[in-house]
Amino acid sequence: METNTIETNFKSEEYFINMGPQHPATHGVLRLLLTIDGEIIKKVEPDLGYIHRSIEKMCERDSYQQIVHLTDRMDYLSSNINNEAVCLAVENALELEVPDRVKVIRTIIGELTRISSHCLWWGVMGMDVGALTTYFYGFRDRELINDIFEETCGARLTMNYNVPGGLMFDIHPNFIKRVKDFIVHFKTKLPEYDRLLTGNVIFHKRTKGVGILTKEDAISFGASGPVGRASGYSCDVRKHHPYSALDKVTFNEALKTEGDTFARYQVRIQEMWESLSIIEQLIDNIPEGEYRVATNAVIKLPKGEYYQKVETARGELGVYIISKGTKNPYRLKFRSPGFSNLSLLNHIAVGGKIGDLVATMATLDLVIPDIDR
Amino acid sequence: MIRALSITKSIHDWLYSTMSDNMAYFVEMVLIALVYLTIFAVAGLFLVLIERRVAAWFQLRIGPNRVGFQGLLQTMADALKLLSKELTGTEKADKFLYNLAPYFVIITALMALAVIPFTQDFHAFDINIGLLFLIAISSIGVIGILLGGWSSNNKFALIGAMRSGVQTISYELSIGLSLLTMVLITGTLQVSEIVEVQKNGWLIVQGHIPAIIAFMIYMIAGTAETNRAPFDMAEAESELGAGFHTEYSGMKFAYFFLAEFINMFIIAAIATTVFFGAWLSPFGITESIPILGVFWFLAKAMILVFLMMWFRWTFPRLRVDQLLTLEWKYLLPINLMNIVIMALIVWQNLIIQF
Repeated sequence: METNTIETNFKSEEYFINMGPQHPATHGVLRLLLTIDGEIIKKVEPDLGYIHRSIEKMCERDSYQQIVHLTDRMDYLSSNINNEAVCLAVENALELEVPDRVKVIRTIIGELTRISSHCLWWGVMGMDVGALTTYFYGFRDRELINDIFEETCGARLTMNYNVPGGLMFDIHPNFIKRVKDFIVHFKTKLPEYDRLLTGNVIFHKRTKGVGILTKEDAISFGASGPVGRASGYSCDVRKHHPYSALDKVTFNEALKTEGDTFARYQVRIQEMWESLSIIEQLIDNIPEGEYRVATNAVIKLPKGEYYQKVETARGELGVYIISKGTKNPYRLKFRSPGFSNLSLLNHIAVGGKIGDLVATMATLDLVIPDIDR
Repeated sequence: MIRALSITKSIHDWLYSTMSDNMAYFVEMVLIALVYLTIFAVAGLFLVLIERRVAAWFQLRIGPNRVGFQGLLQTMADALKLLSKELTGTEKADKFLYNLAPYFVIITALMALAVIPFTQDFHAFDINIGLLFLIAISSIGVIGILLGGWSSNNKFALIGAMRSGVQTISYELSIGLSLLTMVLITGTLQVSEIVEVQKNGWLIVQGHIPAIIAFMIYMIAGTAETNRAPFDMAEAESELGAGFHTEYSGMKFAYFFLAEFINMFIIAAIATTVFFGAWLSPFGITESIPILGVFWFLAKAMILVFLMMWFRWTFPRLRVDQLLTLEWKYLLPINLMNIVIMALIVWQNLIIQF
């Protein structure tokens, strides 16, 4: 007689626990169905759907200018880069050449967005492993970027600054000065991050050798962004398929080969340095010119299929548009980085403790509305 | 057994002159209990406020500064709010144990407070096994945590409670052994006599190297014993929600919360008593003004409390297996070696005395 099965295939020493949808470590409405043996994770099943808004379906209803607004609501921490992806896709389809000024500003804004997203991630990462103070340090620096954005486009979270054909507004006269001030400020603060968390022995113990993802697995799960690069998978879209002004700058792709939680942490810290260097290279030579080229009030893409990918703070965001030549896309699909990064959670978290799961999940840097569109 | 401070001497005499001895003894006990309850409540609320201000200072914030002068009444207001809140619980909780658990935690904290020598003669319960009593009492508190976690019928609470049990049982060894190391010098467990010995120099000076090692081990184990970060396994906010007190609300939650802070104070107070000369002033003896002893005692204890807050707001949390590795593979062997070294030092009379 089977004694160790109770209606499901649980072993008698295993139990089931619901992590989320309301849980401090899932950063939003992600629900994880955990099968646990004591403290050891046996199985992780992410359950999505708590914040589904059918953004892709809504895109079929909207014009191309309106679609840009919706992308703000996906990965809200890198909203500028999401906007850029749709704009680039539309501009490529229209074979519209945007001025150099727009390209440079888009790149600067994009890298600022990446830094602000990583600042928040760093704060939350520390909080997830129990160091609550990091949260406030991360927010202190993120706040300065938000102030710059607020002055530039009036918004702090859902920017909607890019439009097909250029930018919504020209940059504020203070923009260049404030960004330079920020670079000076942040260069003194990034080493502080290292002093507070990176060098901590407990932090090393918590992260090294935890949640190891091999390069093969990273590729087969479709991991991208810092998660893939920490496993030695060179997948930076900015490097391999440069867009906007990224072909004019030199930067290093942050690569690690360990593939553990600490490697993912280091990759993101290094990315902040690289983003700073990209901004430094561009901020002094923003070309003069128009900030926007005129498009038709109603944009109609030629019949065909278009794909554009960009590197958001979380990885590769792809926009796939099928147009039938009307003012709306016939079909639109976002390839979001968070979805494939979440899919490998079960693979790397099984066998660890509950604390390991939380630390691993923090370095996947999940933003739930991005996964659950 | 119950010695009164000179200020209360007249009350003592008056009580014994107006009623029978037994009655006076009883009334005196009640009075002392009330005084300690007040100390308990005030100290708890004050420590919560200090914690919040210290945390704010570490975290680039201002912290509570609106209710009362510099926010002094903030925690009082919070306590009132908690008092007025509804007591909710889980449907299938074991009601009796669920309601009992907070009292276990808070009563043990209160009992431990009785042995603390605030100043000369301001010392409710000076028994000859004082230190042993403290260690014994502080280990009962974990029963409350285990009961609370188990009876609230919540898996997160249960995990928290089990973690807490494992942790407290392990780290008690280190607390006991590191205090025993110091007992080798004093030769007594009675708290007042331990203070007496330190009139020739604080024990951390008398015992020099092994005493410093013992102090460090004591502080690590003490932080673990009070379930505070980096050893806050039982609560582990980012892992377990709120851990063992997930299902508690209102005043029952406040009991757990207050007990945590009182326990922190007790750990600091024991360290002050055993390592830093209790109420003795660092500049010679202050027997002429006994009330000044309270100041010195609280000042020393507060520095140690601040140290524990500093730990909490700086370090990440350990994982549960690393926590046990730290205790059983590092602290305990070091501690045992330390006792042997201390025994050799006491035997060879190498202690430093002034």
